[in-house]
Amino acid sequence: MSTVISPRQDPTRTPFLELRDLKIHFPTDDGVVKSVDGLSFSLERGKTLGIVGESGSGKSVSSLGILGIYHRKNAQVSGEIWLDGQELVSSSTDTVRGLRGKRMAMIFQDPLSAMHPYYTVGAQIIEAYRVHNKVSKKVARKHAIDLLARVGIPQPDKRVDDYPHQFSGGMRQRAMIAMALSCDPELLIADEPTTALDVTVQAQILDLMRDLQQEFNSALIIITHDLGVTAELADDVLVMYGGKCIEYGSATEIFENPQHPYTWGLLGSMPRLDQAVTERLLPIKGTPPSLINVPPGCAFHPRCAFAEQTGGLDRTVVPELQLTGTSGHRVRCHLPANVRQEIWRNEIKPNLEGAA
Amino acid sequence: MVTFIIRRTLGAVLILFVVSLATFLIFFGLPRLAGATPETFAARYVGKTADAQTQQMYAEKLGFYDPLYEQYGRWIGAVFTGTEYDYGTGVEQCEAPCFGYSFRTNQPVWEDLLDRLPVTGSLALGASIIWLLTGVAVGVLSALRRGSFFDRAAMTGALAGVSLPPYFTGLMFLYFFSYKLGWTAPGATYVEFADSPGDWAYSLILPWITLALLNAAAYARFTRAGMLDTMGEDFVRTARAKGLTESVVVTKHGLRAALTPIITIFGMDVGLLLGGAILTESTFSLKGLGYFAIDAIGKQDFPQIMGVTMFAAFFVVVANLIVDLLYAVVDPRVRLS
Repeated sequence: MSTVISPRQDPTRTPFLELRDLKIHFPTDDGVVKSVDGLSFSLERGKTLGIVGESGSGKSVSSLGILGIYHRKNAQVSGEIWLDGQELVSSSTDTVRGLRGKRMAMIFQDPLSAMHPYYTVGAQIIEAYRVHNKVSKKVARKHAIDLLARVGIPQPDKRVDDYPHQFSGGMRQRAMIAMALSCDPELLIADEPTTALDVTVQAQILDLMRDLQQEFNSALIIITHDLGVTAELADDVLVMYGGKCIEYGSATEIFENPQHPYTWGLLGSMPRLDQAVTERLLPIKGTPPSLINVPPGCAFHPRCAFAEQTGGLDRTVVPELQLTGTSGHRVRCHLPANVRQEIWRNEIKPNLEGAA
Repeated sequence: MVTFIIRRTLGAVLILFVVSLATFLIFFGLPRLAGATPETFAARYVGKTADAQTQQMYAEKLGFYDPLYEQYGRWIGAVFTGTEYDYGTGVEQCEAPCFGYSFRTNQPVWEDLLDRLPVTGSLALGASIIWLLTGVAVGVLSALRRGSFFDRAAMTGALAGVSLPPYFTGLMFLYFFSYKLGWTAPGATYVEFADSPGDWAYSLILPWITLALLNAAAYARFTRAGMLDTMGEDFVRTARAKGLTESVVVTKHGLRAALTPIITIFGMDVGLLLGGAILTESTFSLKGLGYFAIDAIGKQDFPQIMGVTMFAAFFVVVANLIVDLLYAVVDPRVRLS
């Protein structure tokens, strides 16, 4: 399989973060679970990548893989992860651990379960800071209070001694962000950062993350199944299906000129306010594939409405991730480019835009 | 928190009251339904060979002719304020807490209990420390190396440990370590800790191991299950994402959470044990509370039975109380306003 990398501005400089053909497989009694099967992308500091896909498409596993959080015994990891010129897959556990939390940090989905219930919010931030910085507890505590203030927690000098369960959902996610930011990481991965939150709070958290990213000039990966979040934050979008990238491009391209039938499905299943109530959502039929037994050929073919038009290729050949159009837009689909364009323009787009 | 403590303490007192009432009814009420007469009770005290007149006299003196509620009132009154006994040969003063006198030996029950407590206490203390440390350590290692040879061997051993009764393992230990190898004295008698700490430990080492084996096996299984649960929790993943070393992740984040239920069981087990480890004490002829209880029941010495039951109930209730309070210390979410 060819490695696919987005075009570089300067060929002599390597990107800040680069994945090359990353594979994370878990051998089990029932077979090999191919959670991530050949993922490649790159990301610069100050930029945001949105990784989109259904549950079980390999989004979270790939992010944990970047951080090196996997059992070396249980997981088979191959490929390369380059962080600022350093390769992580071949690095020792200790080396990666030293980078974790310091240069790359993660914001988790459900802050209530992701924070330890027995330690105060402050203690957990202090711990994250003191792992990588040899400072006194007093200095670390001051730092924790500053961070809590920065992420918008009122009365941070008092709330620092509260336990996670004493925080509201939105505040917990703010505290989680503060914890991730404690060592000024250059790479921040947010795994469904707003899924567990109220809609009103979601917007605040997204605003906060955008502000912080600009302030710290960090590279941000947002993992989500919510295209709205992606539209809000991402510069580039990577759509995952069955452990593979099936479409990749700038956010504008993905939203205005999507090329993969699965991406069309994702867009169609997004509720919109500007549509008449009578308009139904267009769910993607079927269920996500089992990662043990990925359908042969194009993994999406059993659910694809246009599989017939590939002349049988859909069941036999795994499509390559190929450039389509200009500006680095890539898609993994057997449909000829002109056919795809036509379907998009004539069938899908009018539908998405509603009767209006 | 203060109201919580007061409420739980009142509850504990109520439980003890109910236990005392129930025990009293079982031993002083039920026999009457089964046809026992006040004279039968007196006969236990003065002996069956005594003539009817003596039996009646003592039944009168000990108040067996009074209604049950009066007898119970007298019993519980004596516990709190003490009482006087008039045996005809002179008035005997029984200080509070007075649990009466043994039917057989005429010894004050309370003093007997206090005499036995150090034996059972020493046994429980040593054994509980051994089983907590080994059980938790084996459980943690098993969980971390799930499916490994160590895990399988430990869990098979734990199953055997849980299944084997102390009178079997205890006798096996005695046979091998005392008679075959001569490492420990067979039938060692209990030595006070204050007299000689070395001899104290030497006299108790086999009972400790016997009792600890039984519980360590159970604790290893509890700990293993708890660790497998918590190590899969999101907060453990967060701890790893911070870049903490694996040992900190395991102990500070995983084990800390897994230990909470262990503490609960541990507190109750120790409380239960302080009321007497009947099988282990009998196996090693340790004259502790368990031995005392078996003896009292076998001889139908009602004042002793009442006393040892209340004693055991007291420890269980207090252990529960401590566990509840400890829970609030360990788990901040329990600290209710």
